[in-house]
Amino acid sequence: MSGFIIQRLLQAILVMAVMSVIVFAGIYSIGNPLEILLPPEATQDVRERTIARFGLDRPVVEQYFYYIRNLLQGDLGRSYIYNEPVLHLISGRLPATIELVLVSVLGALFVGVPLGMLAGYRPDALSSRIIMAVSILGFSVPTFWVGLILILTFAVQLGWLPSGGRGDTAELFGTAWSFLTLNGWSHLALPAINLALFKLAIMIRLARAGTREVMLGDTVKFARAAGLSEWTIMSRHVLKLISIPIVTVFGLELGSTLAFAVVTETIFSWPGVGKLIIDSIKNLDRPVMMAYLMLTAGLFVTINLVVDLVYAILDPRLRKGGAA
Amino acid sequence: MSAPILEVSDLTTHFFTRAGVVKAVDGVSFSVGAGEIVGLVGESGSGKSVTGFSLMGLVDPPGRIVSGSVKLDGEELVGLSWDQLRALRGSHIAMVFQDPMATLNPVLTIGTQMRLAISAHDKTSRRAADARAADVLTRVGIPEARSRLGAYPHEFSGGMRQRVAIAIALLHGSQVLVADEPTTALDVSIQAQILTEMRDLAAETGTALVWISHDLATVSTLADRLLVMYAGRIVEQGPVASVLRDPHHPYTAGLLRSLPATAKPGEDLFQIPGTTPSLLDPPPGCPFRPRCEHASELCTADPPLEMSRDRGVRCFHPLREMVSV
Repeated sequence: MSGFIIQRLLQAILVMAVMSVIVFAGIYSIGNPLEILLPPEATQDVRERTIARFGLDRPVVEQYFYYIRNLLQGDLGRSYIYNEPVLHLISGRLPATIELVLVSVLGALFVGVPLGMLAGYRPDALSSRIIMAVSILGFSVPTFWVGLILILTFAVQLGWLPSGGRGDTAELFGTAWSFLTLNGWSHLALPAINLALFKLAIMIRLARAGTREVMLGDTVKFARAAGLSEWTIMSRHVLKLISIPIVTVFGLELGSTLAFAVVTETIFSWPGVGKLIIDSIKNLDRPVMMAYLMLTAGLFVTINLVVDLVYAILDPRLRKGGAA
Repeated sequence: MSAPILEVSDLTTHFFTRAGVVKAVDGVSFSVGAGEIVGLVGESGSGKSVTGFSLMGLVDPPGRIVSGSVKLDGEELVGLSWDQLRALRGSHIAMVFQDPMATLNPVLTIGTQMRLAISAHDKTSRRAADARAADVLTRVGIPEARSRLGAYPHEFSGGMRQRVAIAIALLHGSQVLVADEPTTALDVSIQAQILTEMRDLAAETGTALVWISHDLATVSTLADRLLVMYAGRIVEQGPVASVLRDPHHPYTAGLLRSLPATAKPGEDLFQIPGTTPSLLDPPPGCPFRPRCEHASELCTADPPLEMSRDRGVRCFHPLREMVSV
């Protein structure tokens, strides 16, 4: 098991190194930030001082190694636009994104899997057909449109829930969280539902497909022949048998939602990292883009590692070959 | 024979498919005494497995028991609710299947699976459940059972896996154990071991065994009585030795002739001509008629089951006269 973890960690470092090169080269090639940093009427003198200050006169390879050296020392640089340390900028925004994403992805998991199992257990029942219709909606209706409709319905027409912002927050681990206050939850509800719909649809589909397959197998029949109740069969046998693909997709969705919750964050004015990255791309704010993309890559690598470890917990047959 | 523990009469199970009604089990009657081993033999598609599932009340839709009766120790099972049946399954009537790789859950330890099966009928502490599980595992021949409770099915060999499945079926000391080809997926040497052990267990605990198999040779080493099934009906029944020595139904005779052991080396194996008929809207009359060399005008009608002493046959032209000694 430990051999497996070490191997995966080495892989992760390699992935991160390659990512840093690609990201740096990509960002370097999309434009010169000077055009945005400096007013058109800036003098040659100001131009040259700015170039020297940001190290933009150096060869690209040297700039890269300079960046990596700082990165390894925990210095992500300063934003060109906000003139603040990038680390500070991102860590100020990240909790907002994390809580929004966790609430929506976990919500989708805990609602979607039971619904999907129900739909797979009795595929012909009316309830199952309704569940499947909901999941098709969740797949096919665009997120931004659902977001707007949610605001129109619950914030504008009914006035039940606020349309944006984080609401009241409370401190935990030195950062502000909305999920610790009731008012915060009222702000979380709409964006979380908006973000969760698509994931809910996937979870329903996966759980249903898995359940249908398992229900036809001999494991369920044998459990029934031993007199187990349907509830025990579903909760102890079937749930565990269908969990591997669900965990896989859960991990992928968690990563991609953390990285790309942009649309929902924009619609609901949720002050997360999504908004920050959009602004930094518009302004060619290299240090912020760079840090954000590296963070995203790191996130995916970590989540995939965790997912692999969870596989081994869920399926004993995967443990043997782990070290190979 | 002692009083029957299981009495099946005129059991009829049909599958209502889009193409029509499949008469998988069509009026099957037999009884099994306590501690008796009955072999239910037939080709694939003869309805023997469906008969087994009908006894358990586990026929998958679109199939269902249309009529007939299954009495377990005097209690009628047909018509009971799912929950009433569930309370009997595993505790009074149990079943093992062909492939232990498919029946055991690969992601749960066998200890967990056995505890689940125990708690389905008895509320006991975990410790007591473990002790009972280990005890039953030991009885089916698994060494160091206690320490193996934490193992997963893939850590056992095929034979051991089937022993675990049998142990799960035996946890509550059922009166009847339905075994649906439990040794077919195993090596021949393991087969023999398990057969012997099952026979000893049945004798020891008084559990009646309904042994479903397509393999006449295997069943005949184990069973007290044979039921030969063809196209959803029992065409011949009787004590094993008597049926094997003196088959009355042409189909049974054909089966016996096609056993490799009866052929001389180098000679072609005997085959019953034709194939098993489709059970989808079968024509009236004896279903074996198209493949039977003795068929006559008479056979377009349904032959009744004729019982004489301990033998029974469903044929207008039983081979009695011709083979009798």
